[in-house]
Amino acid sequence: MIRSDTSPLRQRFRRTPSLLTGFLLLLALTAAAADAPEQSPGHGPAEPQAEAADQPSVDTLIRELPAGNFNDRRRVAEALAEAGDPRVPEILAALADGRLLATGDDPPRIVIRDADDREAGTDAISGETVAAEVVADARRVPVHNPLRNALRSLEAVASVADARPERRIRSLSRLIRDGVDDDLVPFLEERLETEDDPQARDLLKTLLAVTYLETGDEDARLEAVATLRESLLPEARRAVAAAAAEDPDERVREAAMEAVEHAESRIRFFRFTEDLFFGLSAGSVLLLAAIGLAITFGVMGVINMAHGELIMIGAYTTWFIQTLIPGALSTSILLAIPAAFVVAGLVGIAMERGVIQFLYGRPLETLLATFGISLILQQAVRTLFSPLNRPVSSPEWLSGSLNINPVLSLTWSRIYIFVFAIMVFVALILVMKKTSLGLKVRAVAQNRPMARALGVRTGWVDALTFGLGAGLAGVAGVALSQLTNVGPNMGQAYIIDSFMVVVFGGVGNLWGTFVGAMGLGVMTKFIEPHVGAVLAKIIVLIFIILFIQKRPRGLFPKKGRAAEN
Amino acid sequence: MSLAPYRQPIRRDRVFRLLQSEPDFSGTRDGVILYVDDVSVSFDGFKALDHLSLAVDEGELRCIIGPNGAGKTTMMDVITGKTRPDSGAVYFGRDIDLLSLDEYQIARGGIGRKFQKPTVFEALTVLENIELSLASDKGTWKTLFARVDTAQARRIDEVLVTIGMQDLRHRAAGALSHGQKQWLEIGMLLMQNPRVLLVDEPVAGMTGNETERTAELLVSLAGDHTVIVVEHDMAFVRSIARRVTVLHQGTVLAEGSMNQIQADPRVVEVYLGEEE
Amino acid sequence: MLTRRLLTSDWGGTFVLGLLVAMLIAVPIANLVVPPDSPYYLSSYWVALLGKFLTFALLALAIDLIWGYAGILSLGHGAFFGLGGYAMGMYLTRQIGDQGVYGHPVLPDFMVFLSYEELPWFWLGFDMFWFALLMAMLVPGLLALVFGWLAFRSRVSGVYFAIITQALVFALMLAFFRNEMGFGGNNGLTDFKDILGFPVQARETRVALFLASGIAVILGYLACRYIVTSRFGRVLIAVRDAEDRTRFSGYRVDHYKLWVFVFSAVLAGIAGALYVPQVGIINPGEFSPIRSIEAVLWVAVGGRGSLFGAIVGAFAVNGAKTWFTVAYPMFWLFALGALFVLVTLFLPRGIVGLFRRRREGES
Repeated sequence: MIRSDTSPLRQRFRRTPSLLTGFLLLLALTAAAADAPEQSPGHGPAEPQAEAADQPSVDTLIRELPAGNFNDRRRVAEALAEAGDPRVPEILAALADGRLLATGDDPPRIVIRDADDREAGTDAISGETVAAEVVADARRVPVHNPLRNALRSLEAVASVADARPERRIRSLSRLIRDGVDDDLVPFLEERLETEDDPQARDLLKTLLAVTYLETGDEDARLEAVATLRESLLPEARRAVAAAAAEDPDERVREAAMEAVEHAESRIRFFRFTEDLFFGLSAGSVLLLAAIGLAITFGVMGVINMAHGELIMIGAYTTWFIQTLIPGALSTSILLAIPAAFVVAGLVGIAMERGVIQFLYGRPLETLLATFGISLILQQAVRTLFSPLNRPVSSPEWLSGSLNINPVLSLTWSRIYIFVFAIMVFVALILVMKKTSLGLKVRAVAQNRPMARALGVRTGWVDALTFGLGAGLAGVAGVALSQLTNVGPNMGQAYIIDSFMVVVFGGVGNLWGTFVGAMGLGVMTKFIEPHVGAVLAKIIVLIFIILFIQKRPRGLFPKKGRAAEN
Repeated sequence: MSLAPYRQPIRRDRVFRLLQSEPDFSGTRDGVILYVDDVSVSFDGFKALDHLSLAVDEGELRCIIGPNGAGKTTMMDVITGKTRPDSGAVYFGRDIDLLSLDEYQIARGGIGRKFQKPTVFEALTVLENIELSLASDKGTWKTLFARVDTAQARRIDEVLVTIGMQDLRHRAAGALSHGQKQWLEIGMLLMQNPRVLLVDEPVAGMTGNETERTAELLVSLAGDHTVIVVEHDMAFVRSIARRVTVLHQGTVLAEGSMNQIQADPRVVEVYLGEEE
Repeated sequence: MLTRRLLTSDWGGTFVLGLLVAMLIAVPIANLVVPPDSPYYLSSYWVALLGKFLTFALLALAIDLIWGYAGILSLGHGAFFGLGGYAMGMYLTRQIGDQGVYGHPVLPDFMVFLSYEELPWFWLGFDMFWFALLMAMLVPGLLALVFGWLAFRSRVSGVYFAIITQALVFALMLAFFRNEMGFGGNNGLTDFKDILGFPVQARETRVALFLASGIAVILGYLACRYIVTSRFGRVLIAVRDAEDRTRFSGYRVDHYKLWVFVFSAVLAGIAGALYVPQVGIINPGEFSPIRSIEAVLWVAVGGRGSLFGAIVGAFAVNGAKTWFTVAYPMFWLFALGALFVLVTLFLPRGIVGLFRRRREGES
């Protein structure tokens, strides 16, 4: 915080200590009643002493705003901006917008008119709501354009000292974008000493460095280039690029050029990381969509064309649970996961017992029959609910993104999908490897007569295996309901992709499905920026067709004589 | 024309097939018609064939025995081009590298194969099965307009008589008994007029009488043809064998006459010992 | 001699062919000669509908030839049908000439709309009917040749083949949805005016197209019948039932599969070319994977492995669809779905199999 001894306003206050004492008393009397509820969350309990000392002057300053001419008002605003009071930025913003009103009382009451409602307002000092007639009677504190421009910067400066880090970060970003005058540099340097939020500190350093780069001496400019070398902010990069081209000093130019290259290579790296991340998240969607099919098709040999509809059933289960417990989004999503598994799994078991069990060993027939089932399921959903899409909401924590740096931000939904896909995959691997069901499933898949001879109830294992695959499709539906529209046709969008993943990875191999899904996802996302989404998809399809020619059994084929028959 | 110059530097799957002309199967090397040299095949780490070497003379009747998993069927797969070995070489006659050829080329060149499980075209009649195996131009266009000429009809009748199915010629092959299917498949093999017959378990599922006739047939074929029989039925092997090769764990354990084999303690231990 | 070979012991086929011929005679008369107020009058709507069914029957024949006889299940035959359709659609589009909305003498409306400067090279020649017809066979044939060569050479078969044909048709659909492809994107090609100088919508033209489709089905049937009764056909059955055995008998299985696959694709292309002028539109929807699977259903319902069964199936399923979508639109998909399930479970040989079994039981 800056306490400039040269400020004329402050000098005036020093000369009138009695007034100050009076305000202190006044504040002490009203503080608890008026200010306490309005305290912003950023106000730490560690600072009340300092604030208490400052507040009278700030309150007085606020009351000074309507007085005098534009220049006086500007000086008051400057003082306010440097005071570091949390109320100031809003007041300055209101003043610039013409929403700062003053009553005719003495001292005047300063009112901030609501931005949306012309008749509502709050007291600038106490933060209390002000009666409508007071708002109506109060007069606008006049501003003109030069003052308004100055106020915008002052508002940012004021926010730099805000107690809330996110405000400080926002205003610093804005200052970096707009640029600052030289005379703010000492103030900013002082802030740097007290700033404790790492991100705000970085921004502050960048802001100072950008400023030095324009106005500092050679050493300062060199140091600024060194500071900005690691920055990926577009303004910082522009400043360094400008220095690389125009700086009078050769050393600075060279350092700047090196910094530009460094930044570019880092950006390339981050763009690559971003593409990779997009690819992995697209791959996780593929993995989720395909993982159930890896069981029903890969392990059991059923060409399950109703797989997409089982995904749809999972998504509808999510929607249904959301309508059952509205307002508890997170809970409903978490509940939907087991519910979708059970619902889709039961549908799967019914399919297996009703139709598929009669068709083992005739994969092409299973294709036709399950395609028929898929039509029935689609039409059933259309008839039961509606042909229109169902609205499924996402909980708060799924929105927004994780900003790693200015060029790399990862959306939370994608991160969660990735984590979720991995969890589902690991769970499935554990089920297949560690449980007796998994053992029986593998036994039946490898040698049905032998498994039966050993006392495995193959019919029961078939039903459960198919149920497991169907249930996994349902779980995928929960995840996909958060990403795409939930409607009767949604399953069709995934069926071909899912088959491609399983075939590409190698039928009957769960790891193949994993690698296949991630591989195809990453491949698509790396092609997409160059040719667009549709063409990328076409290219991937053609790639798979050609790949199957080269390796007819996928990436990780089952080997041996048994697999050839 | 010899394929030898192409053999080493160019892998068969990387060459345009169109550039290869049909190989010449006529010559033999010192009377050896089939030469399996140091062949290894593994499936997922399991060694089905382990440095297997074997030579069969022209006109010989060779029996190959061995316990389950000894690699008998895999060896046939390698010879007929169905399985590509990890290493080793297989020669037909003087210089035909069988590993560089496709199944159809090997079959056309004169190696006929009867599968372990009798494999006939069940939806077709006995006659049609035999007719399809006729040694003739098997190109697509030729087949589309093909007719059976008198010489071919005579040959078909001959084979039908040989396998005793002249009265069953219009019966669907799927309706035949197991033993009849075995015979039909042998008949199909004969139609191909092969120089080498690979016969996998020819008497499985046959009655004693049928087995006897099969033995007679195979013995009569030897001389004009080279016959390699894989069989489990020791009585059958004893009744036809001149020279026996014992496979064990993918490699040759012993080779010799039936008496020599039966006297070999290693063979007795791994194979005959179990049976007697 | 040839007739005897093709039709002896093919009572079902002879019967279906007889029905087709009767239809080809009766329908034009009922439409053109019978006065509209007569109860025997058949409106042009029905002529076009039956004509459409005939093209479906040809597509079903093409599928049955490879699936029923060679065991090659293609779930992407819509690709060849659609390409044949696009070839004809391009001819019809060029025939629009300056009668389009924008009145450009050469460029079709959608190209004017997308501000093309000139006709893309692959549209050249399509103003000639014979060229379009040739392309309707050549393009599907070439695609089948390349695709089949790749697939059969590396022995992709059964399920894998079915799935990559789905990928093929799906990729084509995505491609044709793109405006940049130059085939009218999403909307496809439509608003046709003339074919060979005759207005497409005229009664006589419709009857002529209907007749052409009927003749194509009859010729297609006889050609397929010739193939399956030749030794070639028996090799196909051999490949279907025991591929390895066929190979070890000295046949190049990949060549046989490729040959019949290409032939089937050409048939499908012809069917598509006949389909487009009768329905008046071709768009990427024809490439949707579902459509291709549906066509396989026609064959399954009719009776896989008996050529006339495919014709019966195409008429039965599409007839039912037409009736259902008018009478009970809600239930069509239920009915179609149930049909799939029931046919695979209880009628592995289709409708035709029902009669066959009965006859075999009698004899």
